[in-house]
Amino acid sequence: MEALLRPRIMLSLTIILIPIFLFISGASSHQIRINNAERRIDLSTHIVKVFLTLKVENTGKTSASEILLAFPPTQVDHLAFLEALAATGKKKKKTYVSLAVKPTQLPDAPNETNYYTIVLANPLNTGETATLEILYILTHSLEPFPVEISQSESQLVYYRDSALILSPYHIKQQTTFIKIPSNKVESFTRVEPTDRAGNELKYGPYEDRPPYSYSPLLVHFENNNPFSVVEELVREVEISHWGNLQITEQYKLAHAGARHKGIFSRVDYQSKPAFSGVSSFKHLLARLPPRVHSVYYRDEIGNISTSHLRADSWKISELEIEPRYPLFGGWRATFVIGYGLPLEDFLFESSDGRRYLNFTFGCPLVETVVDKLTIKVVLPEGAKGPSAVVPFPVEQRLETKYSYLDVVGRTVVVLEKKNVVPVHNIPFQWNDLNILFWGSKMEKKKRNSLLVMLVD
Amino acid sequence: MAAAAKAGEATLRHAFGNVLSFFILLLIGVLAFSIRLFSVIKYESVIHEFDPYFNYRVTQFLTKNGIYDFWNWFDDRTWYPLGRVIGGTVYPGLTLTAGTIWWLLNSLNIPLSVETVCVFTAPIFSAFASWATYLLTKEVKGAGAGLTAAALLAMVPSYISRSVAGSYDNEAVAIFALIITFYLYIKTLNTGSLFYATLNAIAYFYMVCSWGGYTFIINLIPMHVLLCIVTGRYSSRLYIAYAPLVVLGTLLAALVPVVGFNAVMTSEHFASFLVFIILHVVALVYYIKGILSPKMFKVAVTLVVSVGLVVCCAVIAILVALVASSPTKGWSGRSLSLLDPTYASKYIPIIASVSEHQPPTWPSYFMDINVLAFLVPAGIIACFLPLSDASSFVVLYIVTSVYFSGVMVRLMLVFAPAACIMSGIALSQAFDVFTRSIKFQLLRILGFSEADAGDGSSANVVPENDAVKVDKSEETIKERPSRKNKKKEKEQMEKAQAEKTSAKSKTEKRLLVLPMELSVIGLLLLVFMGAFYVVHCVWAAAEAYSAPSIVLTSYTHEGLHVFDDFREAYAWLRHNTEVDDKVASWWDYGYQTTAMANRTVIVDNNTWNNTHIATVGTAMSSPEKAAWEIFNSLDVKYVLVVFGGLVGYPSDDINKFLWMVRIGGGVFPHIKEPDYLRDGQYRIDSQATPTMLNCLMYKLSYYRFVETDGKGFDRVRRTEIGKKYFKLTHFEEVFTTHHWMVRIYKLKPSKNRIRGKMKKSKSRTSTPSSKRSGSRKKNPWQ
Repeated sequence: MEALLRPRIMLSLTIILIPIFLFISGASSHQIRINNAERRIDLSTHIVKVFLTLKVENTGKTSASEILLAFPPTQVDHLAFLEALAATGKKKKKTYVSLAVKPTQLPDAPNETNYYTIVLANPLNTGETATLEILYILTHSLEPFPVEISQSESQLVYYRDSALILSPYHIKQQTTFIKIPSNKVESFTRVEPTDRAGNELKYGPYEDRPPYSYSPLLVHFENNNPFSVVEELVREVEISHWGNLQITEQYKLAHAGARHKGIFSRVDYQSKPAFSGVSSFKHLLARLPPRVHSVYYRDEIGNISTSHLRADSWKISELEIEPRYPLFGGWRATFVIGYGLPLEDFLFESSDGRRYLNFTFGCPLVETVVDKLTIKVVLPEGAKGPSAVVPFPVEQRLETKYSYLDVVGRTVVVLEKKNVVPVHNIPFQWNDLNILFWGSKMEKKKRNSLLVMLVD
Repeated sequence: MAAAAKAGEATLRHAFGNVLSFFILLLIGVLAFSIRLFSVIKYESVIHEFDPYFNYRVTQFLTKNGIYDFWNWFDDRTWYPLGRVIGGTVYPGLTLTAGTIWWLLNSLNIPLSVETVCVFTAPIFSAFASWATYLLTKEVKGAGAGLTAAALLAMVPSYISRSVAGSYDNEAVAIFALIITFYLYIKTLNTGSLFYATLNAIAYFYMVCSWGGYTFIINLIPMHVLLCIVTGRYSSRLYIAYAPLVVLGTLLAALVPVVGFNAVMTSEHFASFLVFIILHVVALVYYIKGILSPKMFKVAVTLVVSVGLVVCCAVIAILVALVASSPTKGWSGRSLSLLDPTYASKYIPIIASVSEHQPPTWPSYFMDINVLAFLVPAGIIACFLPLSDASSFVVLYIVTSVYFSGVMVRLMLVFAPAACIMSGIALSQAFDVFTRSIKFQLLRILGFSEADAGDGSSANVVPENDAVKVDKSEETIKERPSRKNKKKEKEQMEKAQAEKTSAKSKTEKRLLVLPMELSVIGLLLLVFMGAFYVVHCVWAAAEAYSAPSIVLTSYTHEGLHVFDDFREAYAWLRHNTEVDDKVASWWDYGYQTTAMANRTVIVDNNTWNNTHIATVGTAMSSPEKAAWEIFNSLDVKYVLVVFGGLVGYPSDDINKFLWMVRIGGGVFPHIKEPDYLRDGQYRIDSQATPTMLNCLMYKLSYYRFVETDGKGFDRVRRTEIGKKYFKLTHFEEVFTTHHWMVRIYKLKPSKNRIRGKMKKSKSRTSTPSSKRSGSRKKNPWQ
């Protein structure tokens, strides 16, 4: 019954809330104008990164505290990451403030447009302007064409977007730059003025476009970067009483580019590396935390001997792994990476006696998309009341795991997220995860109250 | 008083000796376990070779689905399209053992993987086997010999070769089962206890579960019983040791699905029943002899013998007729090839093709049992001084196993425990003699009187033997009141007599004193020999027998180079082909393909269907088109060949190819071995026959091989290949591993083939037919 009731409550809530949103958004879409928009789309890898700079002006009569971002429905499914910063200050003293972003529904959205609301730190008064820096990342947005290629061909992909920025606001002036990995462009849509210089396409500047302007854009270009996609990744983080943090990561890796067709000839692959299998990849780089030890790399049939570890006690350790065979389009491989870390680097005690763990959320593989990420944090036996504090929506649940000679079992916090991209090398701090739990009885005796908090 | 003090001292020494031997045994167990870990340390914790992969897969199934599903398991991933009833065709002892260990550990919340349990099953059971050896040898020649034999067995290379960590094969537990069965038989023979007889039957049951080699037990024990009867050593203890074993053991053996009614039907078990009857006749005779006066007995004998002989002849005639009516005389092929070493190579090439079924060479004896080969004769001699029931059994064991090991390399494994027991006895006796002489001489040098020395020696020199004797007599004293049995008492009498004789021999031995220098030198030499043995064993364990064979390594100037091609190919198959695709390869790789690649295979290492294997052999030796047709009719989608020519891996398919031809030709006569040989020589260079150069195996192995170095130099055969440039029309290369060791080809779909054919016929035939084809084109239904 309760489960049935809940959606009803939600429904009624949304019905009540919709007019309020209507009022806000209706008001803001008329009063806000974008003076200048610059969009840089980076297509150099299979992860599409879009940097959007908006200069927003409030031309209405009331102050506005929210700015809407619009996405076509095709993009919103592939949207892995969205971050907005407000730039304040002049050129040299520029500082950035991170802004809250949340998905929003609008009732009068044309063609199922989806919205995200950026909540401004300070409401924008009449006549004021603000500069917003927005980064969003799209996955699975490059469509290979031809769908199947043979060993000697290189990989061509389509990228679809709009030449004009989709926005509920009037845009005075806008420009879009598209960066392509090489000079080889098969074709691209011309929406004058369009310009091509080397590996960059420039669309615009376009002047005075009304809200919801859309102009389809198709770029067909060569992209031989590894389309490495982890279809499923299960990371198990086990906290040991004995000062060790054991991480086990199970990967299901696939090459998501154009499917390999016909023969695979080893003699061609080995003797003519420049012409054969250019879109395939055989190396992957994993960035592991410093002071990593006991690294192993294996799969269900045993150890995989092709890996190199550059461990460092100060910097990030680099683990270069090779799957058993080079991955061509559509080929798959599974493997497990495991390593140990000193617990004191990650587990801290907070002022109220709790503990928290600071650990990376995403996948350590560089330039890799994770379709489904499951993190299991195995707490020491007897730990109670864990809670995870995560700044982005994840599915959470608790499990119990029995490990070496356990009696009551260990509490496991399971977090699931779909469509994860590596954002370690991007200066945005978003991947923080806090898990709080009561420690085991044994430790409770020693310290009156122990709450362990895991962060990452 | 003095006697009491002496007895107290003896019990103290006895207790001390027990504690000492307990710790020595513990260390031997640790040694047996740890010497087998080289493979894990040098390589990795992984299942080895071929058969272990099947056992591992079965264990996985067992742990996942439970015992009942296991008995009913019909495996459709092998022997396509026939399948295989695993539950009824597998010796379940090993899998059940490992499954039980896994289940126990997991119910204690020790989350070891099935693979880990499987990898370490063999080392654990080697420790058990060495303890069983101790027990067995102790029954034969006392604790000293037992400890020596256990230590020797813990590191005998022959046994290590089959029981390193990861070598998860039947023999791993079977050797333990074999020795423990022998021990319990001897124990029953020595004590006449029904308790041990029952245990013996259970141990035999475990052996039947574990390995087909149980037939060795069920033939050796009857042989020994017969020997005892013939040499006039019949006793009620012999009856108790043997009769329950046959009845209970056969009943239990028939419970194992793979044995079933074979336990009474086949000729391997025939000897046991015959001896069972003889034993009863003898028992009856002894009984009658006991109740009749000697005169009456003589009359009875003549009466019974005359009637009995007639009956016996009739029964034997019927039996012989029955046995002779079956084509293999009721024997299985492997057993027959044991009795007649030339049988397999004459009639069953599939048994002869396995390298471990070949007779061993002399160096392999030295490699596998090392110095034991020289100690064994000494041990046999020691067993005859004095000859007891137990020692005669050990002598019989070694004589038969020497013969079997001479027929098949694989049975060296059965020989190894016997050799260890014999060498243990020999070493221990030699040490005994030397140390006793040294002590005697030392006492004399130190100025004791001759008589004192003699006394001292009787008290000090043979303390262990004495202790054992004292212990035994104590036991018998304890037993006496509890079992008021005439037979028992008789036994006691016999024992006392035996003791008297042994005491006599002891006095004789005491006279056997060697000069001081000689004994010291002898001791040193023995120690030196032992050290040599240990060094050799460690070397064998570390270097010769620990390679898992799925990973190859070689040392180059750049360091260690790893060849992991097999797993590369299996992993590729596992992840990049459809789940139901069928993979054809020579049967050697069948188990690995099902276990590691999880794909259906046509034939595997369980070579139960000769015709099916011959079909694959024929396809491999046929030209491309015929092979395509054979494979297509078997729904095969991928063909896997192993090719060592690029890196010099000698046991590849080209080297095994003649067996494929032979086995294929045995069933399909159009494949003739001489077609593949040039003047009786097997070659793949330009002198090779056209049949050889056009067969599928050649083409799949050497396809585009010439492009690697421009010449096509095969590093295994050390020659340039005969046919360098050719195209494949019915197969396409879909995967080749990094070092070219495994090549996987896909059968081209039949559609293309027909279209290609039509084009060919069009281009070949001149105008009239082209007209016809033109008219065909107009046909809208075409």
